[in-house]
Amino acid sequence: MDLRISFATVSYIAAIALFILSLSGLSQHESSRRGNTMGIVGMLLAMIATAALVPMDGYPALFGALIPGALIGSLLASRVAMTSMPELVAMLHSFVGMAAVLVGISNYLGPNHGLSGTELTIHDVEIYVGIFIGALTFTGSVMAFGKLNGKISGKPLMLPGRHLLNIAMIIAVVIFGVMFMQSAHTGGEMAHEGLMPLLIMTGIAGVLGIHMVMAIGGADMPVVVSMLNSYSGWAAAAAGFMLSNDLLIVTGALVGSSGAILSFIMCRAMNRSFISVILGGFGTGEGTAPAMSAEQQAGTYTSAEVDEVADMLETAKSVIIVPGYGVAVAQAQHTLAEMVKLLRAKNVNVRFGIHPVAGRLPGHMNVLLAEANVPYDIVFEMDELNHDFPTTDVALVIGANDIVNPAAQEDPTSPIAGMPVLEVWKAKIAVVMKRSMASGYAGIDNPLFYKENTRMLFGDAKKNVDALVAKLKG
Amino acid sequence: MSETRTQGSAGASTTAPLTPSLVLGVPKEIRAGERRVAATPETALRLQKLGFSVLVESGAGALADFDDARYVAAGCTIAKDAKSLWETADIILKVRAPEANPALGGQDELELLGEGKLLISYLAPAQNPELLQRIMKRKANAIAIDTIPRISRAQKMDALSSMANISGYRAIIEAANLFPRFFTGQITAAGKVPPGKILVIGAGVAGLAAIGAGRALGAIVRAFDVRPAVKEQINSMGAEFLEVKLEESGEGEGGYAKEMSKEFIEAEMALFAAQAKDVDIIVTTALIPGRPAPKLITKAMVESMTPGSVIVDLASEQGGNCELTVPGTVVNHNGVSIVGYTDLPSRMATQASQLYGMNLYHLLDDMGGSAKFRINLEDEVVRGALVVHNGELTWPPPKQKAAPAPPPKPAVAAAPVQSSAPSGHGHGHGKKKEAPPASMASQITKVAVAALVLVGLALGAPPSFLTHFTVFVLAVFVGWQVIWNVTPALHTPLMSVTNAISGIIIIGGMVQIGGDAPTSVMWLGFAAILLATINIAGGFLVTQRMLKMFRR
Repeated sequence: MDLRISFATVSYIAAIALFILSLSGLSQHESSRRGNTMGIVGMLLAMIATAALVPMDGYPALFGALIPGALIGSLLASRVAMTSMPELVAMLHSFVGMAAVLVGISNYLGPNHGLSGTELTIHDVEIYVGIFIGALTFTGSVMAFGKLNGKISGKPLMLPGRHLLNIAMIIAVVIFGVMFMQSAHTGGEMAHEGLMPLLIMTGIAGVLGIHMVMAIGGADMPVVVSMLNSYSGWAAAAAGFMLSNDLLIVTGALVGSSGAILSFIMCRAMNRSFISVILGGFGTGEGTAPAMSAEQQAGTYTSAEVDEVADMLETAKSVIIVPGYGVAVAQAQHTLAEMVKLLRAKNVNVRFGIHPVAGRLPGHMNVLLAEANVPYDIVFEMDELNHDFPTTDVALVIGANDIVNPAAQEDPTSPIAGMPVLEVWKAKIAVVMKRSMASGYAGIDNPLFYKENTRMLFGDAKKNVDALVAKLKG
Repeated sequence: MSETRTQGSAGASTTAPLTPSLVLGVPKEIRAGERRVAATPETALRLQKLGFSVLVESGAGALADFDDARYVAAGCTIAKDAKSLWETADIILKVRAPEANPALGGQDELELLGEGKLLISYLAPAQNPELLQRIMKRKANAIAIDTIPRISRAQKMDALSSMANISGYRAIIEAANLFPRFFTGQITAAGKVPPGKILVIGAGVAGLAAIGAGRALGAIVRAFDVRPAVKEQINSMGAEFLEVKLEESGEGEGGYAKEMSKEFIEAEMALFAAQAKDVDIIVTTALIPGRPAPKLITKAMVESMTPGSVIVDLASEQGGNCELTVPGTVVNHNGVSIVGYTDLPSRMATQASQLYGMNLYHLLDDMGGSAKFRINLEDEVVRGALVVHNGELTWPPPKQKAAPAPPPKPAVAAAPVQSSAPSGHGHGHGKKKEAPPASMASQITKVAVAALVLVGLALGAPPSFLTHFTVFVLAVFVGWQVIWNVTPALHTPLMSVTNAISGIIIIGGMVQIGGDAPTSVMWLGFAAILLATINIAGGFLVTQRMLKMFRR
């Protein structure tokens, strides 16, 4: 038994090292695949070492859960279309949240490890906090999943007094926490008087998670997904505390802090404060809808035909393509890649400009373009090519809206004021491919469409790109 | 005759006394060989539509093929002589700067310029400070049409460009006149004719016009310019852009060329020497503002050219780009003709007068026409060209950069914490380490809070908890450091892999099943393991899939 515990500890150390290497590997292209492999090895190591600690009679249950779980997971991962990646990730987060809730409850119901006094109190707090974060993560992720695949509207839900509601719920959670602590261990070893307040709190945390994510606008979804990722890490860390398991603590903390930083990096890219994103809606204002200036409303746009756009692209010297979520929706990435290939064959300098929050997941566009075999050395970040627009002949905006909205720079009253945007309107011609004149996820009008050098190409992105490819071939 | 006419004009103004129209005077040019005139019947008609009345000296347009009758038909009044014209007119439109007029017994035209009147003509203020002094003495106003700023809005008034356009075209015509062969390559029954080859040095307005004219005649045209930016323009005119393999841009202020380094000039001269042996015609247009023209074609290069070749030196007035140029005439050196005419626009006086007249028309239009005419010092164009204002020297104008500076980024009202975050260009280029931004005060607060929390923990928490807590805090810092430099393109795979790793919660489920655990715990653990496994398998596999797709 002692040997097995020592073996497990050593394996845990190795697993922790592998996880850290995995994360650092994932931050650069060259080492990314090795990083993923290290993560897998670390996980297997941790699981085997832990399995060795499980008593023999637990094996049927263990494998009964492991095998179907692995099968379902693999199936999900291999079936998912690259465009619905964000949904899958959100759904997986919800599983971690749920697992944390289950672990917490079972830990409470399980045998008491002879703790008493302060240690017991701390243990109870750990259980309580772990379940709270887990439940929050679970329902929040389910909401995010719903918003991402369109089952739930992307518009932020603004209940009156929602901040008060949140505060009330948190106060309730604290009150039930005190009740739980007082009743947790009254009535002997196997009595669980505290279960009731614990379950009520779980319910409240679930509602809180739903409410929080519902209030966050669709444009902030990447931040939310990354934030939930962070929560799932903290939930794991809390579980580690209650189980006195360093592997869980370290891994949970790693995931938690990396998710938090990722959210922070993204918020900064949007020039938004993290707090205002978390609190939901746009900014801290109570959903003050931007009053469109008369000039914008009266603006007229110029629409273009596929033939014209094909001509523009063919005769251009340099083209910057700005893809947005619309590319993912229309599944246009493959034809887009083909178009780029054709244009490059005609000596047109084609580049992609990726906004840090394009799409519904950080790096979403990069994944899509990679799937379509677009070489990543022509894919640039916003900051890398924003100053190149004035020397660009054609800026082609496909299925993007808010990230190319000049109002962010020109209109200080705009809800997205100050958010860095791709300055496509500085190109000689900006072609915007869009289904209609509808506003973007942020729900605000885009003066870009009314600029003199903007051409609107209406219709499904995929069909339009298909038509362009046909033209360029012909 | 002139008396009656001027009186007629005065009579017309009395019928509309509220808006007495300003009189524009167009004298006959007195410089020898100058054929141009500052207004044609057509531009005079337009000027009258602005409310001006136009007074033309008899015979002013004769050399440009506009006789007095046509001016009269266009509604102009004819002044018999220069004296009466200068006296009557409020604004004098001229081509050349004022000089001694033999017709007035050698009296300088400037003597005729009355107090408060306005003279618009070529003045070359940089070269003629003495002329400006004399205008100042007359307490008059003067606009030098050759110092109109080169900005987009003023293009329609830019006489230099109009004239350069004519010069470039005419340069090719003069060359074609002297060149003893075809420009177009032909294959005839009598044999093959090779095409003429033209080298144009300096692709300004004149150079580009020469390229266009040369191409139109069927020649092969090559062009050279120290400003790489004009390569596109050269190519667009159908010429080949010759490059010197040396990194230096000759883009000077206001779109003009600047003087180049010694290394560059050497490389450039080598290029010209090689080209001289090959081409039949060289048109040079290289000028640097305020300096003598650079000598680009040496005597040796001229001697290396095939006899019959032609050099047209458009810089001859500033001394010429060719060593052998004689300004104002054509010289023949070993069979190579070197054209040094300084009056190419004047050789096409009809066209040149029309364009020059239109430039003046646009300027006067810009200044408000007759009714609202004023010398607006706020107008960038007028201010740039105004050299004397009410007897005061106003040249050179206050410095204004040709390219307006980009408007400053709209200031974001933000707390100091936010404003210290880098935004805009530059950030994110490298993989440099960036510290999370925070102001000093908030950092101190954070440290203080952290210290308090730690002290509280030390007092209240059992040692076992503190051990775990240490591990936790360290792990948070490791996570922070590891993630800070992630490539944005890898955000999604990173998130997906951290998601898979957070499936480590499976351990929590595993350690609780088996043994003496109650059934409820068993089932909860079972469910937790199941969910966590889905997460682990799904997370890692999807990351794998994504990473496979990334390729360079």
